[in-house]
Amino acid sequence: MQYLNLTIDDIRKALDNKEVTSDELFNEAIKKANYYQKDYNSFVTILDNYEKVESNSILNGVCYALKDNISTKKILTTASSNILKDYVPVYDATVYKKLKESGAVLVGKTVMDELAMGGSGTTGHTGIVRNPWDITRQIGGSSAGSAAAVALGIVPFAIGSDTGDSIRKPASYSGVVGFKPTYGRISRYGLFPFASSLDHLGCFTRCVKDAAYVIDVIKGHDDKDMTSLNDDNKEYSKSLDNDIKGRKLFYIKEALECDDNNSELKEIINNFKQTIEKCRSIGFEVDEISIDNKLLEALYPTYMVISCAEATSNNANLTGISFGPRPLEKNVNDLIFKARTTGFSELIKRRFILGSYILQKENQEKLFLNACRVRRLIVDTINKLFDKYDGYIMPSMSSIAVKFDEKENQVSNKNFAIEHLLLIANFGGMPSISFPCGIVNNMPISINMTSGAKNDELLLNMAYKVEEVLGYKGINRGDDNV
Amino acid sequence: MYKAVIGLEVHVELKTASKNFSTAVNGNSQTHNSNISEIDLGYPGILPTVNKEAVKKSLKVALALNCKIPEYLIFDRKNYFYPDLPKGYQITQLHHPIGTDGYLMINTKDTVKKVLIHDTHLEEDTANIEHLSNYSLIDYNRAGIPLLETVTEPCLNSSDEAIAFLEALRSLFLYCSVADARSDLGQIRCDVNVSLMRENDKELGTRVEMKGVNSFAAVKSAIECEIRRQTEILDRGGEVLQETRRYDEVADETYLMRSKVDAIDYKYYIEPNIPPIKIEKEFIEAVKKEIPLLQYERINNYTNNYNLTKVEALTLVKEKELSDYFDEMVKVGIEPKIACNWLAGFILGYLNKNYLSIIDIKITPKMLKDLIELLDGGKISIKQMKEVLTKALKENKDPNILIKELNISQITDDEEIKNIVNEVLDENLNLVSDYKAGKRVFDFIIGQIMKKTKGRVNPAMTSKILKEELEKR
Repeated sequence: MQYLNLTIDDIRKALDNKEVTSDELFNEAIKKANYYQKDYNSFVTILDNYEKVESNSILNGVCYALKDNISTKKILTTASSNILKDYVPVYDATVYKKLKESGAVLVGKTVMDELAMGGSGTTGHTGIVRNPWDITRQIGGSSAGSAAAVALGIVPFAIGSDTGDSIRKPASYSGVVGFKPTYGRISRYGLFPFASSLDHLGCFTRCVKDAAYVIDVIKGHDDKDMTSLNDDNKEYSKSLDNDIKGRKLFYIKEALECDDNNSELKEIINNFKQTIEKCRSIGFEVDEISIDNKLLEALYPTYMVISCAEATSNNANLTGISFGPRPLEKNVNDLIFKARTTGFSELIKRRFILGSYILQKENQEKLFLNACRVRRLIVDTINKLFDKYDGYIMPSMSSIAVKFDEKENQVSNKNFAIEHLLLIANFGGMPSISFPCGIVNNMPISINMTSGAKNDELLLNMAYKVEEVLGYKGINRGDDNV
Repeated sequence: MYKAVIGLEVHVELKTASKNFSTAVNGNSQTHNSNISEIDLGYPGILPTVNKEAVKKSLKVALALNCKIPEYLIFDRKNYFYPDLPKGYQITQLHHPIGTDGYLMINTKDTVKKVLIHDTHLEEDTANIEHLSNYSLIDYNRAGIPLLETVTEPCLNSSDEAIAFLEALRSLFLYCSVADARSDLGQIRCDVNVSLMRENDKELGTRVEMKGVNSFAAVKSAIECEIRRQTEILDRGGEVLQETRRYDEVADETYLMRSKVDAIDYKYYIEPNIPPIKIEKEFIEAVKKEIPLLQYERINNYTNNYNLTKVEALTLVKEKELSDYFDEMVKVGIEPKIACNWLAGFILGYLNKNYLSIIDIKITPKMLKDLIELLDGGKISIKQMKEVLTKALKENKDPNILIKELNISQITDDEEIKNIVNEVLDENLNLVSDYKAGKRVFDFIIGQIMKKTKGRVNPAMTSKILKEELEKR
C-alpha cells in the first residue's frame, strides 16, 4: 500500500490508526524520491534521516519537501546555483522551524530555477526537472522540484516560493494545487530573496484542504520579518465548508480574447466557460468585467523591471567573501568578479545587468519608479473591484505544459498572455491559488482564484467549493508501483 | 585671498545594546567576529529588524539639532561592492532622513555661529578591515552597529570653526547620552568637504572631499592642508578639480582617490524589507522631554544670569555631569560665583589631578552648601574647609560628618575665647610685660593661642579679645 500519494487527512488517519509508522512513511518517501530522481530530477538533496518530534499537529509524521532556497541549518541549500553549490546555512528559516516543530518530516530539498529566477525548471545547476505527466515537457518553475515531488506522489505537500507565478505555474503544469497566501502571512525569514517586495512563500498539495492544513501550520507573525502580518488567529482548514452562496467573482473579458488558430487555448477557454457555469450552479455570482488592455500589457514589463532591480541588490551578498566559493585572485575586486562570473549562469547575469541598468541614477525615474507607479495603478484597479467582488477567477495558464524545445511566452513577447495575470497577486500581495480543472491533450490544466489581501480564509473556502464541483481533486498522473 | 567653505559629514556610532538591524551585541570586543549573527554576515535569506533604541537616539539628536522630523521612518539601500559590506548594500536613509533642515549654535573663539544642518540620518556601520602585507582580515563585530550621519551645509569658514562645530556636536551626543563618540575607538569619523572662493564670488568653488578623517586634530590639519593645496592651484591660475582625496596624517598631504568621472552610482532605492514606520507625535514629544539643555544654552545662562565669565562657563559645560552638578549647587542655594569657584577651582582641580570625574564623588551639592554655610558663619576657617574637602574627596565621605569626627569646628564663643586667651596670658606673663613695654609680640601671642587650640579659634574674634584682655592687664 502506498500512502504518500494520499491526502494529508488519509495519511493522518493511517498514522493515528497505526496502519503505518512515520518511519515507514519516511522510508517510502526516500525510496520514491530516489526511484524518480534519475528521470525527473526533483531533488538537489535527499535526506537519509530525520528527528522525531512530539506534537499534536496534523502534520506530525507527514513527509514533505522544501524548495532549495529555504535556509536549513546544517543541510545544504544551493538555490540551484553554482555560486551556492556548497553552501550549508548556519540558521533555520522560520517556515522550516515551524514545520520542524509540528513534527512534519523533511525528505529533501528540491530543484528550482537558479535563484528562483525563471519559469521553466530547466536552469538549476543540477539539471532540468521533467514533467511527471509527460517526460518531454517542462514542469514550469521556478519551484519545479517541489511541484514534481507532489505530482509524483513522493510527498503529500511541498513548500515553494512565488515571486511572479513560481508556485502557481508549476502547479498548473503538473496537476497539483499551488497556493500562496497574502504577503506577510508567512514569514520570509530564511527565504533566499529574489525580489523582496514580490516574494511569497506557499505550498503544493494534492487538494485545497491540504493547502489549508499546511498554511495553518506555517503562517503567523514573526518578529524577524518586519513585513509579516499580525496573527489572524484563524484556522483556515476549519472554515472550508462555509456557505458560499451569493459570493461574487469576476473574470477579465480581455484576457479571454484569443486568436482562432490556437486550438489548445480555445479548449482551455471553453473549459473555463464550463467552470464558470459550474461555479454559478453552486451559488456563485460570476460577472464579466473589462480592464484596460494597456494595464494588462504592462503587467509583464512592470514585473521584469521591479523584480530585476530588486534581484540585483538582493543577490549582491553573493561575492565569495563571507561564504560561498572564494577564488584565489590578486585583489578583492578580481575575487568578487571571478566568483560572480563563474557562479552565475548567463540568464542570471542578464537579469542582474538589466536590474543594474534599471536602478542607475539616470534611468531610475523612467524605469524603476515608473514601474512602481504602474504596479500601484494595477493593484488599485483590482482592489477597487474587490470592494464589490470576493475574488476573481481565471485560467491559470494559456497553454498546457510546454515541450522542452517549444518557445515560451518570454521577455520577447510584447503582448499579453493569460498567465501574466498571475503577477497581479504578487504586485498586490494577494492570496492566490491554482488548482486542476480539466485535462487537455492528456495534460492537466488549471484554474486560478485570487482574493483581496488578507482574505486567505475566504479564498480557500471558495476554492474548496469550486474544487468540489469540478471533480479534479487529487488527479494523478497514474500510479507507478515503486 | 580666498575664503574657505567647509562642509562636514560626521558619522557617530550610537550606544545601544544590540545592532541596528540584528540582535547581535553592539560593543567592543577583544575577540574578532564574536559579536555577530547571520544578519551581520549578510547570509542568504536574512531580514533586518529595526532597533527601536537606535531610532529613538537618532530622533533625539535630530530634535536637539532643531531638525524637521518626517512623518514616516523610511530606509533606503545604498548598493556597492566592498568586502566590508557583507550584504552588498548598506541600509541607510537618503530620501527621508530622520532629521532635515536643522541647525546647531556653537561658540567659536570670539563669537557665536549658527551652523546649518542639512540632515541627520540613521544607517549601519560596515565591517572593519585590517590590511596586512599581502592579505587582509575582516572583523564583522562592527558590521551593523547603528551609525548616525550628520551632514552640515557648506557653511564653515575655517578649520577652527570646523573644530568648534565638531566639539559642540560631540558634546551634544554626550549631553543626550546617545553615543560615547570616542575617536580613539573609531566611534566618531568625518568626511570633510573643502572649496575656496574669492571674497566677492557669488558661487561656491569646486569642492574636494576627504573621506574617513578620524580625529579632530586630523580634521583640522586636513582642512588646512587642503586650503594650502587649493590656494596654490588657484594662485597659479589653475583649476581645482572635483574629486575625492585621502588625507595622510603622517605626510600632512592629501592624495587623489578618485575623480568625479569615477564617482560611484550607489543606485539608491527604498529598502523593501522595512515597511514605513509612522513616527507618532507622542513619541516625538516623549523624546523631546529627554533632551537636556545643551552647552550653548547653558553658557548663555551662566554668563547672562549668573555673571560668570565665558571662560568659567566653558569650563563648567565641558561635561554635562559637571554642569548638572553646578546647577544643583545653585539650586540648593549656593551663590553661583561661589559655587563656580569651589567647583571649577577646587573640586575640578582635585578631580583632574586624580583622573576622576564628577560622577565618581559622593559629596553632594547639599553637603557643600552646609560646608559653605559653616565657612560663612565663621564656624570654620577657609584653611579648614579646604582640608576637610580634600579629605572628603579622598575618602569619599560626607565633609560635615568628617568635621564632627575630627572635631574641627571653630571656637566662636566670646567667653570661651576669653578664657583661652587668659589661660595663655597667665602662662606667658613675660609676654604681657613685653607687650606693655611696646614690643611687637602680639602676633606671637596669637600664634600661641592657635597652637594651644590647634587653630580652632576664630582668628578675627581672637585678635579682638586678646587686645581687650591685654588692655585690662
